[in-house]
Amino acid sequence: MTTETLIWLIPLPPLLAFFLIVLFTNKNKALSHTVGVGAAFLSWLGSMIVFARAIGVEHLGAHPFESSINWLPLGDTWLKVGVLVDPTTAAVLFFVAWTIFMIFLYSVGYHNFGQPAGDHDHMGLPPHGATVTDKDGHKHAVLSVEPMYSRFFAFIGLFAFGMYTLVLSDNLLTLFVGWEIMGLCSYLLIGFWYAKPSARAAGIKAFMTTRIGDVFMLLGIAFLYSATGTLTFREIFTEETLHVLGSTPTGVFGLSVAGLISILLFIGTIGKSAQWPLHVWLPDAMEGPTPVSAMIHAATMVSAGVYAVIRMFPLLTADFHGHELTTAMSVVAFIGAFTAIFAATIAVAQNDIKRVLAYSTISQLGFMIAALGMGAYVAAVFHLITHAFFKALLFLGSGSVIHGMEHGVLHTGNHHVDPQDMFNMGGLRKKMPITFWTFLIGGFALSGFPIITAGFWSKDEILADAFGHGHWVVFITLATAAFLTAFYTMRQITLTFLGEPRTKEAEHAHETPWTMTTPLVVLAFFAVTYGWVGIPEHFPLLGGIVPNWFHEFVGGTLAEHPEALEFSWVPLLTSLGVALGGLFFGWLAYRNVTSVEQDKLQIPFLKNKYYFDEAYDFLFIQPAFWFSEVFVSKWMDKGVIDSILHIFGPTTGGIGSAIRNYFDVPVVNRFFGDGSADVTYWIGKNLRPIQTGRIQQYLILSMVVLFVVGGLVYFLLLA
Amino acid sequence: MNFPILSVITFLPFIAAAIMLMVPADRKTEVRGIALATAAIDLLLAGWMYLQYLTGDMTGYQFVETYNWLPALGISLKFGVDGMSAPLVLLTGIVMFTGVLISWGDYDEKHHISAGIQDRPREFFAFLFLLAGGVFGVFVSLDLFMLFFFYEIAVFPMYLLIAIWGWVKTREYAAMKLTLYLFIGSVIALVGALVMYWTQYQNTGILSFDMIQMESAGFSASFQYAWFLPVFFGFAVLGGIWPFHNWSPDGHVAAPTAVSMFHAGVLMKLGAFAALRVGVMLLPQGAQQWSWLVMTFAGVAVVYGAFIAFVQTDLKYMIGFSSVSHMGLVVLGVSTLNHDGLVGAGVQMFSHGVMTALFFAVTGMIYDRAHTRQIPELGGMMKALPFAGIGFIIGGLVSMGMPGFSGFVAEFPIFMGVWGRQWMLAVVASISIIITAAYIMIAIRRVFFGPMPEKLEGHISPITALDKVAIFTLSGCMVIIGIFPAVMVPMVEKGVENILRLLGGA
Repeated sequence: MTTETLIWLIPLPPLLAFFLIVLFTNKNKALSHTVGVGAAFLSWLGSMIVFARAIGVEHLGAHPFESSINWLPLGDTWLKVGVLVDPTTAAVLFFVAWTIFMIFLYSVGYHNFGQPAGDHDHMGLPPHGATVTDKDGHKHAVLSVEPMYSRFFAFIGLFAFGMYTLVLSDNLLTLFVGWEIMGLCSYLLIGFWYAKPSARAAGIKAFMTTRIGDVFMLLGIAFLYSATGTLTFREIFTEETLHVLGSTPTGVFGLSVAGLISILLFIGTIGKSAQWPLHVWLPDAMEGPTPVSAMIHAATMVSAGVYAVIRMFPLLTADFHGHELTTAMSVVAFIGAFTAIFAATIAVAQNDIKRVLAYSTISQLGFMIAALGMGAYVAAVFHLITHAFFKALLFLGSGSVIHGMEHGVLHTGNHHVDPQDMFNMGGLRKKMPITFWTFLIGGFALSGFPIITAGFWSKDEILADAFGHGHWVVFITLATAAFLTAFYTMRQITLTFLGEPRTKEAEHAHETPWTMTTPLVVLAFFAVTYGWVGIPEHFPLLGGIVPNWFHEFVGGTLAEHPEALEFSWVPLLTSLGVALGGLFFGWLAYRNVTSVEQDKLQIPFLKNKYYFDEAYDFLFIQPAFWFSEVFVSKWMDKGVIDSILHIFGPTTGGIGSAIRNYFDVPVVNRFFGDGSADVTYWIGKNLRPIQTGRIQQYLILSMVVLFVVGGLVYFLLLA
Repeated sequence: MNFPILSVITFLPFIAAAIMLMVPADRKTEVRGIALATAAIDLLLAGWMYLQYLTGDMTGYQFVETYNWLPALGISLKFGVDGMSAPLVLLTGIVMFTGVLISWGDYDEKHHISAGIQDRPREFFAFLFLLAGGVFGVFVSLDLFMLFFFYEIAVFPMYLLIAIWGWVKTREYAAMKLTLYLFIGSVIALVGALVMYWTQYQNTGILSFDMIQMESAGFSASFQYAWFLPVFFGFAVLGGIWPFHNWSPDGHVAAPTAVSMFHAGVLMKLGAFAALRVGVMLLPQGAQQWSWLVMTFAGVAVVYGAFIAFVQTDLKYMIGFSSVSHMGLVVLGVSTLNHDGLVGAGVQMFSHGVMTALFFAVTGMIYDRAHTRQIPELGGMMKALPFAGIGFIIGGLVSMGMPGFSGFVAEFPIFMGVWGRQWMLAVVASISIIITAAYIMIAIRRVFFGPMPEKLEGHISPITALDKVAIFTLSGCMVIIGIFPAVMVPMVEKGVENILRLLGGA
């Protein structure tokens, strides 16, 4: 099979799985997950083959695998559907395939496959546990299987299809298609437990917030199309086109056409990758099942936002000449850096194990966006990939922790204990060793623990880039954010796993089944080793031992291969310092904390996420309602427009009665109608006396008339 | 001579209506059978005609038939379809067929549910078919006089259908409002048309209502500037153009389900189509002169309708105002007068037609069972009516312009076209995309996924097989076009080429 054919086939198995599950296998749980996981495996296999072939091709950047077919005719041209695998795609495809496959597998265990159906479970709510009686007649509370198990696999199948479509797309239109499919699935999956009002609200919030970004993205696409007449990446990214776009001014904030399009498209990313100020949906999205959090909110969908910027990078930098950042790039860099530190400060004060990770994700995505804004293409891709591995690992780890805690909750029967609150945990390292060690690896990678973990290499590269190109503000901001990252990560690890159990539930927590731990181990492996493929050439001691394959390979995507950065001690020491310092202080501050009251960072302002939700409600949502309800609907539509119609009725009536009263009745009726009758009557009445019935009188009358008329005729006419 | 397919499609409903009226009133099943059979035949013929046009590599007007009617005045019965109207004929066939299906009117003994039309189905179907025949007639007429003739035929039964079978609370008001608006609109347009007829006679000495003839009548620029607005807006009232849209949501709400489907699904297209056919194509210079005004009005309609839909609590009002918004997109696409915008408008007419028909069909099914359309009073319908729920969600996705559905295929070119003309307006109109997503999502969440109110528990009986066929047909169209736009877009493009030729040649 040719590589191109294979690429076309990669997204299809999950889509097929979606239809198979929805139409046929939804009654059978085992069959449904077999179909789902099997499809994920096939896509994974295809991706790996494509990846292997891609790294074997020289100059893949200049001659990528590509193929397209016509889809939507527009005038003389067609909008096309096509696939493209260049080095960046191949690298991204690698992690997407791995994480998706692992998450599918994990979902089997997470949704308690093999457990009995719950006692009181019903569709739309998370399982509440079942009671089983063992041989001796003792009753045990155990976890129960998810009631909508099959549906879950159908949805994540559709989601996986969207992600593969997006990654493999050779044009903005197909990318947008995948993007929207994921947005829809995100809504369906966040609101998966739809009987929970909070889950329904979170689903809508996620969809709406990202939708705002999408609309701008659509406008960007429309602008790009009207400017270039094509949406295919490789047709846009020709030197000529880019030059024209980069040098044509638009008159909007001094942006070039390329800059304005980039910003419009970038607003889509702000929504999808939950960047400030459209970040508000991601923490709420934690209402969804944990594999969803891992897949959508760590590894794939939020990465897709960054991926879109990566794809459009040549456009973003079309009028960039290597020194001064263009306005568009500055905007991107600012949003990224600001988000990185902003979200990190919120993460410090969260107690829900998944929410910490949610804010951490927002912050880390900010790193990548900032890197792209500074033109650090390879560093951004690198961090995107390492982050996907370790953040998926952390989310799945946290799911495993929650699962273990739920086990404890069922054991004690105290359902008031929140299995997601870190202050209810503690000491879980003994109960859940695999989860602990893998979570530790993930956490260290996130913190950028030196040399060993992948997170160190990728984050260091971003800092080095910021420093090397003299973007001081960005450098300091990101370094501070990195410190906070290490701090809250260690806070999380300390509160969750170290020390002694703080509740009975934590004492009875339990390690999770193999379907959940295997993905943890696999992802932990990548969270460590993936960093080694991108060790900078000039790094002291280690540099050059392993060639910087990543830089060579991914850098080849760009028309001009980016230069390797000069080594400098400042960023290296900074990243060492912030990572180790953050980890140390995080441990120091929380090692003896036994209750939430002792936590000094429970600052209301941070806990309430700077009141962004409330502010948006006040600034946008309420006014939108007011505008619709009071202004448009009541005043304009029911008031003005309908009044005109309602005036029309009385006016017509008024004209009618006026005619009736002043013309019809007096003139027409009185004069013509009644008048003629009256005259006839009067004539008849006055002629009546002569009708006597006497022949003699008639004869006299005839004679008189004859003489009178005869006389008149004679005198008037004949004389 | 070829088989006169367009006349058969158009006159079959009239004949069927006449036959139905001769059946005794208590033979309800026979009446329904005749109705369904006629609708099915018409749908098949329309589908066959559509496929012929699509696959036969046809351009321009096809299946043309001409019969003299009043030669002294230049009136003839001239039928024909082009790439713009052929999809609309198919749309009418689809809506007619599904409308009959969901009006079948089976009484469910077990649940005491009377869905569909129980009361005087004979007269109902007869009037409905009169309406359908009129609609077909407008879409296929190439003669201006005949176009008006069928236009009035289509509008007239609406009054009776709403006033007799409508929702008790508002039917009289709504029927009157609708009739007033539409007749005033058509009278204004008629004056314009007669002026065009006489001017053509003065210019060329030809006394003819033939629209193809009129395309080369040589109307002067000032004539076109003066008469474009009355003609265009006169028709566009029926297309729900802002600020003459207010008859439409009230009409939707008061009408029985099948009539709502016709009303929003087809009748509003009639307005947009006639405005395009007579206004833009016969007065191209006028269209160019005034496109900024039409564009502004349409842009307002798009956002305005969305905002009002956003705060409606009655499901039918919500859909009604969303129609104002979506029809605004059609007029917006037309007003760009460029290729992309017009193609988008053509596809949007079809897409919106099946989408609203589906919305109203599902809403009708819910109302028959729950006896309320208030969104806050509904809930849990996904579990009770899964098939209808999936249909409604597909409709919602189309409405939001989700890729993979026909709404995207339509809206994407419209936005491209608008961007090409006036990017600011594209930005403004795009607000509607967000608002649309909001009200659709909220409605779906409340009605289908929220908890079911206790008093509805146990009262929601499953929908019938006929209902399912209707939902499947309608949603199938939207998915097929969404995935394979090539089944419709190239055809609409051929119609657009003709319009662009007229615009360019002006």
